[in-house]
Amino acid sequence: MNDAACAVRCRAVVKRYGTGKTSVLAVDGLDLEVPSGECFGLLGPNGAGKTTTVEMLEGLLDPTAGDVEVLGMRWATDERALRERLGVSLQQTHLPERLSVHEVLTLFRSFFARGRDPDDVLAVVSLEEKRNAWYDKLSGGQKQRLAVACALVGDPELLFLDEPTTGLDPQSRLQLWDVIDGFKKDGRTVMLTTHYMDEAERLCDRVGVVDHGKLIALGTPRELIASLGGREVIELKLADGALDETSVAALPGVHGVRRVADAYALAAEPLHVALPALVDHLRAGALTLERLSTRRATLEDVFVSLTGRHLRD
Amino acid sequence: MTEIPLQPAARRTRPAKPRSALFELTLTRFRLFFREPSALFWTFGFPVILAVALGIAFRNRPPDPVHVAVRAGPGAETAASALSSGLVEATVEDEATALQQLRTGKVVLVVVPGSTRAYRYDETRPEARLARLLVDDRLQRAEGRTDPTPVADDRVTEPGARYIDFLIPGLIGLTLMSSSMWGIGYVIVELRTKKLVKRMLATPMRRGDFLLSFVLMRALFVLLEVPVLVGFGWIAFGVRLNGSPLVLLGISLLGAFAFAGLGLLVSSRAQNTQTVGGLMNLVMMPMFVGSGVFFSSSNFPDAMQPALRALPLTALNDALRAVVNEGAGVAALARPILVLSVCGVASFAAALKLFRWR
Repeated sequence: MNDAACAVRCRAVVKRYGTGKTSVLAVDGLDLEVPSGECFGLLGPNGAGKTTTVEMLEGLLDPTAGDVEVLGMRWATDERALRERLGVSLQQTHLPERLSVHEVLTLFRSFFARGRDPDDVLAVVSLEEKRNAWYDKLSGGQKQRLAVACALVGDPELLFLDEPTTGLDPQSRLQLWDVIDGFKKDGRTVMLTTHYMDEAERLCDRVGVVDHGKLIALGTPRELIASLGGREVIELKLADGALDETSVAALPGVHGVRRVADAYALAAEPLHVALPALVDHLRAGALTLERLSTRRATLEDVFVSLTGRHLRD
Repeated sequence: MTEIPLQPAARRTRPAKPRSALFELTLTRFRLFFREPSALFWTFGFPVILAVALGIAFRNRPPDPVHVAVRAGPGAETAASALSSGLVEATVEDEATALQQLRTGKVVLVVVPGSTRAYRYDETRPEARLARLLVDDRLQRAEGRTDPTPVADDRVTEPGARYIDFLIPGLIGLTLMSSSMWGIGYVIVELRTKKLVKRMLATPMRRGDFLLSFVLMRALFVLLEVPVLVGFGWIAFGVRLNGSPLVLLGISLLGAFAFAGLGLLVSSRAQNTQTVGGLMNLVMMPMFVGSGVFFSSSNFPDAMQPALRALPLTALNDALRAVVNEGAGVAALARPILVLSVCGVASFAAALKLFRWR
């Protein structure tokens, strides 16, 4: 990718907090390229290094080692020019409690040489009715939409959103997703972090799965799910006894077997081939089912198959 | 919630021209201040209440009479009646009672009448020495002494020399110190704790604008604070401003600048409001006591004077008193101006070096 087409590029980026034996390696050699116009999601559990990564990209943290390039520029030399073109929403922002929604946006607008009218941005995030309400009178979802509005008011080319919907109710999440969709439609770049797999699947063109400071998988949500071998998951629990995992994995339509506590999860596709074969196999082995269900595979299954842990553990 | 997300609004063709970041930041500081009732109270209410309370406690009263005892015996009644007046209260007591009253401090002097009159008192107590002079003077005159030169007393209770005249400039100094320190130090650390400093740093905001907005806010505030306190002292207690109002404002601005620097310095590293609160008390406490807010710093031993005079609040209070009470001009204020300028410039320079932005 040439510079103009690449919104974010980082190579061998390392972030270590502290020194000596107590030091913590938060990001362990990250290589990443995000083309312009893409919505890229960093997906991973809490403490995986997502926030540290985006804050290095946002120029708020200095990497211990490695090279970060944003919109073809570098933080050390082009900080002001970069800031003019970036919108940032931190993981948690406590805006001043006794400023109104419009006052907060007007303040943030004044920091940028170029930008959007605060009232227009209020319309984008559906906060017109709260225009003159103080920040401390807003609901959690409204506060979060205002935080995103502060990131949009400079009319950025690249938008960073760190866990934009964490802790929000479903309705508020949907509203924020619509805001992000609107931004994407303009052909601009979004980089977000989340530990919600459904959010990543719904919003992101590509997803990077992060665990322990390392990128362990990268691709479109579809590709990542396809890497499981099947897009369907069969979950089953036996009344007693155990499955012979090797022979089950060899059944037609079954692409993988995973033990989940006292039950099993099978990656399967197509389902109409896998299910009869599975039932026959159980009957032949005189095994009794306690329960069986099927569902679509998600990024959660990708994470579990890569790490053996759940995202929310 | 009933709000339905709208399509992005059409961008306005001619958006209102945004005002400068420095203007918006300063305006924000003002809005937040005036929307915080406790900040308003500490800035305006507290000094006024303090002035009223202390003004009542230390209001001017007729001088207390001096209590003395006259030992019973010949001539005791005559002496006692010659002494008793508004200034001296004399009672005739037997010897044991008189001495006991002297020991317990009920009287400061015992008169023993006789052909040689004896005064019994503790020479180390200033009021006893005063009583000795007063009593002897009264008795000698009653017995016929005439003074070679007639004397006329011209007693002064004029505004300008009262406690409240001393107090009001001290309270102005105190208010300038505490509102600069709290208004900058505490607020900045609160913004840092709430990650707002970091949030604003993620925009193209200039760091200088951010810091300057605090200084500007303080400077504009001095124009409110000082007239309110001076006006209150004048209306409620008749405290006159003898010097030029412009010199008073200039000195106040310089003082606010010096303490703004100190406030910025204590806030430059602190990560939470408890730390900065402790640091501010550490800085302000010595000045609260030693800088002549409530009583003159000359009450402290000579050895401490150079240190006390180097404190910025001492310099500010000295300068404010000189202007308010004595009508001093700029030329007479060279030393406090120097102390405040050095303090302000040095603390600003140090704070900018140390300031934790992220």
